[in-house]
Amino acid sequence: MSPATTRVPIRPYARPPKDSQPPSLYEPYRATMKRAPLLPLVLLPHTLSEVTGPVFGHEKIRENDNDLTSQHAGEPLGERIIVSGRVLDSNGRPIPSALLEIWQANSAGRYRHVNDQHPAPLDPNFSGAGRTMTDEQGNYRFVTIKPGAYPWFNHYNAWRPAHIHFSIFGTAFISRLVTQMYFPGDPLFAYDPIFQSIPDERARQRMISKFDLETTQPQWAKGFKFDIVLRGPEATPFET
Amino acid sequence: MKPEVGLVPTPSQTAGPFFAIELTTDEHCVRCLSGAQAKGERVWITFRVLDGDGVPVNDAMLEIWQADTHGKYNHPDDQQPKELDPGWIGFGRLASGADGTCVLETIKPGSVGNNTMQAPHLAVAVFARGMLKQLYTRVYFSGDAANDADPILRLVPPDRRHTLLARPEPESAGHWLFDVRLQGDQETVFFDV
Repeated sequence: MSPATTRVPIRPYARPPKDSQPPSLYEPYRATMKRAPLLPLVLLPHTLSEVTGPVFGHEKIRENDNDLTSQHAGEPLGERIIVSGRVLDSNGRPIPSALLEIWQANSAGRYRHVNDQHPAPLDPNFSGAGRTMTDEQGNYRFVTIKPGAYPWFNHYNAWRPAHIHFSIFGTAFISRLVTQMYFPGDPLFAYDPIFQSIPDERARQRMISKFDLETTQPQWAKGFKFDIVLRGPEATPFET
Repeated sequence: MKPEVGLVPTPSQTAGPFFAIELTTDEHCVRCLSGAQAKGERVWITFRVLDGDGVPVNDAMLEIWQADTHGKYNHPDDQQPKELDPGWIGFGRLASGADGTCVLETIKPGSVGNNTMQAPHLAVAVFARGMLKQLYTRVYFSGDAANDADPILRLVPPDRRHTLLARPEPESAGHWLFDVRLQGDQETVFFDV
């Protein structure tokens, strides 16, 4: 240990239980076969570069960015839903000003993307993209329509369960999370290798939103709750 | 106030093939970190993402996080006694094109840290279809005098360190090349963070 003129305290981030996250290589999801590293990862003790990360301001959000049903002249087809929840860290602390971005298929199971060749109709009133930030208590809310399930080419007769893609920035570059939110009771779970890639059953269940009567608005839209937990700092600060 | 301790982080899932409708629209890409006001040495880094067969990955997203020219991060937890370059953000987001490449325009960051100095580097997270979770790597600058003492590079097996070094583009001052090889012979070093 060399003497230091200034010491910069680093709070390392807790590492998630191994089985709560997917492996990089998961054969049933075929596209992983050529895109997963085969050499061992190098264990990285956390430095400032890992425990810091981008801080976003509200200038990144426009009105209607969190309401995917009001971004066009008319209303999109499909079942209107309200998706809300909290963003917490692994210590249970709410994360304020977290940037959430979502993207999804329309109610027919089609993305507004040039590479989506699923022969289902596009909806001129639905882009399928949105963003918002959490408030001081870590709460967020989106209004959208329930996405349809859609086929893909992973294996014979492969169908993705209905899902909304979520991208979330927490407090550090290593707490960055991209995930998918599913809907309760989907019969496709058992056949979906992306959903099944999470070894731990309880962790897998945390990707499924819950129907919520409290946030359901009478005569208007069903509510679904989806809380998101990001990696947070370990309890004790270290010095490096 | 007693927080609910020990929550398990939400599992990661692949960004899939269609993230571009939100994440990498023209409006949401950040290809240039060095606005007109940014201080420091301007650099252009061409990233090229390749799969296990050496085939260009044309649907990857790269996110970049880096310090300013003084080695200071725009983040409240960076308590280094350095002044942040006003206006410096340090976050980049790019989508690879048909040939698997994308170009980041930025400032070469300064060394980070006080006690243990880290050589100038960029933190990079890679997302794509076929990747169930992001991979983390770092870009260092080939030939930088600080590389030899960098505590992270020293953790990397010597025969693999070169995969973390951007190479200067010949006869093109300020231009660098960095391959992200997801798998195979010259597989890039990825970090378990």
